[in-house]
Amino acid sequence: MGEIMTPTGMWIGAGLLAVLVAATAYGMAKGKPDSGPNEFLDRVKSWWVMIGIIGLAIVLGRTATIVLFAVISYIALKEYFSIVPTRRTDRLILLLAYLAVPVQYYWVGIAWYGVFIIFVPVYMFLGLPAAMVLRGETAGFLKAAGTLHWGLMVCVFSISHAAYLTVATDAATGEPFGVGPLVFLLIVTQFNDVAQYMSGKTFGRHKIAPKVSPNKTVEGFAGGVLATLALSVALAGFLTPLTFMQSIALGIALPVAGFLGDVTMSAIKRDIGVKDTGSLLPGHGGLLDRIDSLTFTAPLFFHALFYLHGA
Amino acid sequence: MNRPRWTHLLRLAFVVLFVRPVMLAAVGLSVRNRERLPGEGPAIIAANHNSHADTLALMALFPLNHLHLVRAVAAEDHFREDTLIGWVARNLLGILPISRAGAKKGADPLIPVVEALDQGAILIIYPEGTRGEPEKPQSFKRGIAHLRQRRPDVPVIPIFLQGFGKLLPRGAWIPVPFFCDVVIGEPLPEAADRKAMMANLEGAITALASQVPDTVWE
Repeated sequence: MGEIMTPTGMWIGAGLLAVLVAATAYGMAKGKPDSGPNEFLDRVKSWWVMIGIIGLAIVLGRTATIVLFAVISYIALKEYFSIVPTRRTDRLILLLAYLAVPVQYYWVGIAWYGVFIIFVPVYMFLGLPAAMVLRGETAGFLKAAGTLHWGLMVCVFSISHAAYLTVATDAATGEPFGVGPLVFLLIVTQFNDVAQYMSGKTFGRHKIAPKVSPNKTVEGFAGGVLATLALSVALAGFLTPLTFMQSIALGIALPVAGFLGDVTMSAIKRDIGVKDTGSLLPGHGGLLDRIDSLTFTAPLFFHALFYLHGA
Repeated sequence: MNRPRWTHLLRLAFVVLFVRPVMLAAVGLSVRNRERLPGEGPAIIAANHNSHADTLALMALFPLNHLHLVRAVAAEDHFREDTLIGWVARNLLGILPISRAGAKKGADPLIPVVEALDQGAILIIYPEGTRGEPEKPQSFKRGIAHLRQRRPDVPVIPIFLQGFGKLLPRGAWIPVPFFCDVVIGEPLPEAADRKAMMANLEGAITALASQVPDTVWE
């Protein structure tokens, strides 16, 4: 993917770097030496690591990018399996579910769309319960089968759409879309998380989902959508083949989807009784906490782009 | 410690090439209060026990230059020298075997343990004495309190381990990845007698356990 050495790639890289440096400076200025843990700075440090790793994978090329997303799916799935109730008898079934990760990303790697799009929702959906039946334990069967499949859909199937963006074909050029739409999806999704959080902190008054996510407000949601809409329109022309009107539509749809992904994972966590899905990213929680919105935005963005501009 | 140099190198290679990649990358440890891990020997680590993976996880946490000090105290008859698991336990894990049979005949099984502490070892002791049912606590055995009486100055650090029984329960050979928790406590306070020491230890491990959400394993 030599295409990242374009002016656009350079500008995006420089822009992210500037935001990181500014956030780090702000965090260091805000945190007094002995005022205890500085969660903001922890969070910014985690962003450095995340952006650094994704940036490196993108520079290394398409294979590295696909492998990185496979690793992200694996870690997310492991976090999910570590917090949800599982049955002892399904121990080896979980191993089979983990195996879906390399297989699904292999379909991405060879760009076999027909199998990529049905492997988890059809074959894993049928195969895992079939394997569970062979082990013979019926108590809690439906709950266990549903739990496993939900995890695979969210952590593996959904996330793999982000990776598939790099191999899907652009109808206008006959070439793969490349890395632009992926970078667009990641920036817009993560920016929306931050924008909703910050606008909620600043203007938040009316709770939007008091039972699921008491800190989320109508004002936070609306402010996030507006800010994300503006960013989408600004970036779409550089990173994607989307037209102006399409970038407006997606600039609204993506933040809404991101919000829904976020609160859906919150509902799951609340149901289980955990605060975070893990502790991999200091200041954020687990990896799944960070990509919960991506699990909804990735399929939405992929299918919109593929329908509008794919071949 | 007075063990042959090649065993030490073998163990170092085992930790660098196998234990750390598996434990830190493939499995994933969530460690709380890592700074409380003893930097120097002698020290005793008292942890709950669910899996052979417990020892691997604890080994993965120590800096390599302290690895030769770290030894898990284990029953000699469970890891007999002529079995594969015994060879692995003795040479790769570097267990400190003690004799349960001897204790019944009146011999003192703690002699090698005290000796190792005097040489500066960091000993891992599982007071439950056995892995038992995965992720279910069992009552603690008193051996550690006897040891504490003989070497009262050696710090005892309680550690709560969770998830390893799901990762590799007793009787299983194929590990299944889960994120696992390692919660490290403060050194135990001085206790008036063995009973008080055991109460302190059980209380400390229960308190550490409450810092992480329970795993549900039906």
